[in-house]
Amino acid sequence: MASDLPERPDARDRPRVGVDEWVAQVEGRRERGRGLTGAAWRFWEWLPPFGRLGLFVVPAALFPIFTGSNTLSRFGVFTLLYVLLGLGLNIVVGFSGLLDLGYVAFYGFGAYTYGFLASGHSGHHWQAEAAIPVVVVLTALLGLLLGLPSRRLLGDYLAIVTLFFGQAFVTFVNNANYINFPFFGHLDLTGGANGLDRIDPLDFFGYRLVTTKQNFYFLLGAFVVVISALYFANESRTGRAWRALREDPLAAEAMSIPVNRLKLLAFSFGAATAGFTGAIYGAIHTGAFPGDYDIGLLITVYAVVILGGTGSLAGVVLGAIIVNCAPEILRTPNQAGWLFYGAIVVALLVKLRPWRRLAGVLAALVGLGFALRGIADAVWPRMTAGTGQGAGLAARMVDHWVLLPRHPEKMADFAYVILIAAILLVTQIRGIWRTVALVPTLYLVAFVWENRLIQETAGATRLILLGALLIGLMNARPQGLMGTARVEIV
Amino acid sequence: MNWSLFFDLTVSGLTLGSVYALIALGYSMVYGILKLLNFAHGDVYMIGAFLGYFALQGLGGPGKANVTAWFAVSLMFLASMLGCGILGVVIERFAYRPLRNAPRIAPLISALGVSFFLQNSALLLFGASFRDYGTFELIGGKTYQVGKNLFFSVPQLLTFVSSIALMVVLTLLVARTRIGKAMRATSFDREAAAMMGIDVDRVISATFFIGSALAGAAGVMFGLVFGQIYHFMGFLAGLKGFTAAVIGGIGSIPGAMLGGFVVGLTESYATGYLPQGSTFQNLYVFSLLIVVMLVRPSGLLGRADIKKV
Repeated sequence: MASDLPERPDARDRPRVGVDEWVAQVEGRRERGRGLTGAAWRFWEWLPPFGRLGLFVVPAALFPIFTGSNTLSRFGVFTLLYVLLGLGLNIVVGFSGLLDLGYVAFYGFGAYTYGFLASGHSGHHWQAEAAIPVVVVLTALLGLLLGLPSRRLLGDYLAIVTLFFGQAFVTFVNNANYINFPFFGHLDLTGGANGLDRIDPLDFFGYRLVTTKQNFYFLLGAFVVVISALYFANESRTGRAWRALREDPLAAEAMSIPVNRLKLLAFSFGAATAGFTGAIYGAIHTGAFPGDYDIGLLITVYAVVILGGTGSLAGVVLGAIIVNCAPEILRTPNQAGWLFYGAIVVALLVKLRPWRRLAGVLAALVGLGFALRGIADAVWPRMTAGTGQGAGLAARMVDHWVLLPRHPEKMADFAYVILIAAILLVTQIRGIWRTVALVPTLYLVAFVWENRLIQETAGATRLILLGALLIGLMNARPQGLMGTARVEIV
Repeated sequence: MNWSLFFDLTVSGLTLGSVYALIALGYSMVYGILKLLNFAHGDVYMIGAFLGYFALQGLGGPGKANVTAWFAVSLMFLASMLGCGILGVVIERFAYRPLRNAPRIAPLISALGVSFFLQNSALLLFGASFRDYGTFELIGGKTYQVGKNLFFSVPQLLTFVSSIALMVVLTLLVARTRIGKAMRATSFDREAAAMMGIDVDRVISATFFIGSALAGAAGVMFGLVFGQIYHFMGFLAGLKGFTAAVIGGIGSIPGAMLGGFVVGLTESYATGYLPQGSTFQNLYVFSLLIVVMLVRPSGLLGRADIKKV
């Protein structure tokens, strides 16, 4: 009976007809209420914007004190580069909803243009304070040029044209070292497949940025400027207009919002940010190479933006940290083991409730491992005759637990294929059987990791895990980590 | 005019075009039904090439096979098409179906994830080196001559004829059968089709099966004609197949076939006739795409969408 139901706790601010915010936020509210994540969310909501910025900038500014220059370059400099790239892409994809798959070309264009203006290769040596504005303006113009077709092309068609623009850029720089121009004759613009080398480091009014630490602080400063500018742009009239464009171009046009101008603006803003970042990247690495601006980077930058949640500035920062740091950690097998097992344990802690079930799974897992090793020792000694590939504590801990065959190559390859099938199966079955099936699957995970994946942590494994992460995340949270779910009302 | 060069380029263009057309069909069918750019399609093609290779190895390897060459080739096609079809259905089931109602960009990212995953799994399992199909040992290097200047080899003829046959079968399937009718209805309006009692999920699975099987066949053809396969081959081929689908009008089946041959012939003629064609052949193909997009945004045979509000 309807009258027996208790009154809804939110009866006072219930949605009215046509107001979908309540529906849209239902997931967020459900998550926000609980435990540690809930507290973190509330703290985040309570912080003013500059406080949120400080939450990232203060630890980042302290980071170089504790690390050497190599670590700083791999974790600090690259994360900031990804953040800047992600912020630029976020204007185009997140704010105004245009699917620009040629974005990386602007990054490359920035690096090559800077390299043309200031390098031993071209012979020009401009100061950075002159070269960087020129690069930014030129890239913005190029963005405008690519944006022109976007007035006619809708949605996916725009994505296609821009994707090929990016490919055309890579092909061009790869081969532009022997073009014969009319009037100019033979010109070597890009160095071809060997790339543009000997690019000057950044040099502002005679102050040269040479060490990693200097570059890092310069990038951090650039980040603060760019993110503040974007924050205010997003809150401004233009930002609102972009959002209107993203939600419904047709309705926006009907509201007399200048749709075409806004699209072009978004394209050139995004391009300018990418060009700026590209110039810095070129200067830091004193070189620009065609392979750096290929589809791989595009996918990575998209992963940054999507992972964090399109349209969210904080999401870009979070996404860049995850996307850059996780694969970097995976490079060294020792750390990779910790990250891998750590991620699995955290996932189990979050997903397996109640705790009795979790304890059961862990106990069964440990038991299964020792039992299998015992049986294998007695029946089939080859299975335990190998030595672990991994080094460090994490690997030593599992050495006596997981099966390590003497020549694991072929067996591990088959196990890998079976593992994929097993994981897919586990996602399909429900209830207690899923918990039961989880135990051998987890054991198989450890087996494949120790025997096969750990050998390739610098190559295939990182990218396999990144791919799996993208698929899994999209399945779990299609709107990204910090994004807001939108409800389409038909 | 050098007719011998012209015929050579035409034959190789048509061969390449057959491969691209088959890839394009998968892109186009999936886009027609789900409005999804299936970026993993090129990698399904790559897996197909490897499945064909392993089927051949399983039969004893080229030249040493204990069955006749034609039987071996048919088995390679069968294994590859079946395997890829199942792979396509699995990909759809786990990477795209849960995102059916998510924002448009989510399945796109998921597709990129699948592409990464397949490529690097292949790298892990099959290694980074090239594998050789050994077509010469399998079929022999016989070349046929028609007239004075037209030459073609057995794999080229096989590729062209079997791709045309597959396209005819596909056209009949879509036009004449029950499942084809259901596919057309679903691509026209998914919700209305569901209300008419069509099991949309099954139709989508069938589409993925057919599209991926065609990509698998294309992979085997590529292996037979060009010999060498490797884990990264899907990327550029996928891009070209995708170009073909778009040039022909994405979502249109005859368009994908036409687009495939247009792209293959453009690439081939560019290599022969245009300045610095062999380095810039891809650039010429992409320029063709951009021109087509600007002149006819919905492709050569595509229908312009009329959007109702």
